[in-house]
Amino acid sequence: MSTRILSMAEAINEAIRHEMRRNPEIILLGQDIGVYGGTFGVYKGLFEEFGDDRVKDGPLCEAATTGFGVGLAIAGMPTIVEIEFCDFLTLASDALCNQAAKMRFFFGGQLKVPLIVRTPVASRLGLGPQHSQSLEAWMMHMPGLRVLIPSNPADAKGLMLAALRDGNPTVFIEHVRLYSTKGDVPEEDIPLPLGKLRVVRTGGDITIATYSGMVGPCLEAAKVLSEEGVDCELLDLRTLAPLDREGICASVRKTGRLVVVHEGHKTAGVGAEIAQTAVEGAFDYLQASIKRVTSEDQPIPTGTLQDIVFPNTTKIIAACREAMA
Amino acid sequence: MTTPDLPTLLEWYSQMWTIRFFEDNAIDSYRKGLFGGSTHPSIGQEAIAVGAGAALRSDDQVLATYRGHGHAIARGLNLNAMMAELLCKDSGCCRGRGGSMHLCDVSRSFLGTNAVVAAHIPIAGGVALSNKLRRNGRVTAVFFGDGSTCEGAFFETLNMAALWKLPLVMVCENNGYAISVPTSKAIPDADVARRALGFSLPGVTVDGNDPLEVWTAVSTAVTRARQGEGPTLVECKTTRWERHSAISAGKYDNEEEAMKWKRVDPIPRFAIVLRKMGVTEERLEQLRDGAFRANQEALSFAKSSLPPAPETVGDYVYA
Repeated sequence: MSTRILSMAEAINEAIRHEMRRNPEIILLGQDIGVYGGTFGVYKGLFEEFGDDRVKDGPLCEAATTGFGVGLAIAGMPTIVEIEFCDFLTLASDALCNQAAKMRFFFGGQLKVPLIVRTPVASRLGLGPQHSQSLEAWMMHMPGLRVLIPSNPADAKGLMLAALRDGNPTVFIEHVRLYSTKGDVPEEDIPLPLGKLRVVRTGGDITIATYSGMVGPCLEAAKVLSEEGVDCELLDLRTLAPLDREGICASVRKTGRLVVVHEGHKTAGVGAEIAQTAVEGAFDYLQASIKRVTSEDQPIPTGTLQDIVFPNTTKIIAACREAMA
Repeated sequence: MTTPDLPTLLEWYSQMWTIRFFEDNAIDSYRKGLFGGSTHPSIGQEAIAVGAGAALRSDDQVLATYRGHGHAIARGLNLNAMMAELLCKDSGCCRGRGGSMHLCDVSRSFLGTNAVVAAHIPIAGGVALSNKLRRNGRVTAVFFGDGSTCEGAFFETLNMAALWKLPLVMVCENNGYAISVPTSKAIPDADVARRALGFSLPGVTVDGNDPLEVWTAVSTAVTRARQGEGPTLVECKTTRWERHSAISAGKYDNEEEAMKWKRVDPIPRFAIVLRKMGVTEERLEQLRDGAFRANQEALSFAKSSLPPAPETVGDYVYA
């Protein structure tokens, strides 16, 4: 398999571009997706290649745009809606959660809803409480949705291809800080399996389960801990729905300890679900209380004050040490 | 646009009775405990579903609200499968998962009824956009109540549909009430159609209890949509006789309102038109009986059908 170095934004772009060439019915909807190339440039060149009909730059109205996406999707045209910041999923939530997620079900399987909502998590840009949230737990709570959340360019391409070929409503969450990170990306279009985590680093002492923007800080923490003689196993969950519960439990059965790390808030967050998954599937193997390293349960402040609220390498190391104590 | 011939008008008359009896059976079945949840009768509003439905081609798509039994019937959905759906049976058009508020038959281009007020309006906009992009000549019709026109999804769709000149026909059934709130307490203008003015599309108001008037207005809107000239908002003024839903309290709070409905009931009104055209009392009776019998059969079918097997409850969540 041949690879090249691409940024995560380029990798997502490539997946979408290749599928749009393969399937002339795929449509993109959103504001600033035309010549502008998408809020964070993910659609660079797509408007020029596919034109006004397929790259449908439009007004800012998340509710109707997502509703239109559902309409296109049930009419058989797979549609990607860009929501400029994941904080604005609130505005799109009826179309996504009450319509897209349930429509195939309540119509007895008569329709498919091949809708993807792409949205960035923009934490740590200092943009404050309405542009810095990580709302993946809300989406994960909704049966009928897929929630995909890559941490690197190769996975981003593979997961986007998987979403486009899967045909189910999907929330595709991208971390703004990762858009420019580079990595090897396969030239071939190979979708990743949904519900399969990636073991980033194997280890025998403690499992760190994370995803998206926290994979990097967790890897740094693992390096520091390894110098102290603590051998971390690092899991990148990649797909929150479906969730690789067996993959999590298999690792915890091996290490006996679990720390969950994410940028969403703690209460009723993804970490609570991961922790309970380990309790249900690996209880007898647990040697320590499960730790969560998350954003604090409060709004994210604007500017540098945000740093106190977010998880970081120091907090991850401290939680792992506690779990090892 | 050619005025419908007599056999067509007789078919309309029959359809209106079919809807009326269907709703009667729905309410009665609910009260007898044959199904849970609720049902939202369209008694008094039959002329809109029938008149507008007749203005559409069989491959045009229709989306409607939870008060959508009439639209489904006008679309030619199988009556047995519809009543079975209300009773949540496996033989229902949605395999007993959706019930009264979620009827759908993709084979009839009936893309369903929806239980969230106005949520289906942008979805219809998306379906209309698919028609435009595919240049397939199909038109999408979306039905909603006056209450829907206070929701953001309605205004956002007006904006986008007018902007992109979508083949969308937006039919507002203004029955005067959003559950208990009269339009006078919810909408600053007596005519919902005037809401179109701010969005650069035509808005027309018609007597929603006259199927011919509805048909004429919707036909004009359909022609405009099919010719690529964009959407139209058609407001059909009507009266909702039953309460909002079978589980809601109270009908009208005064006798005057109740008598108003009696005067405007679309079915006897349309019978007068047909009599003037020479249709005999016997023929009208025949059509009414036929509609009644078809509904009794549908009810028997639904009652004798089996509910979905418990082990299939999780089916159809993901494709």
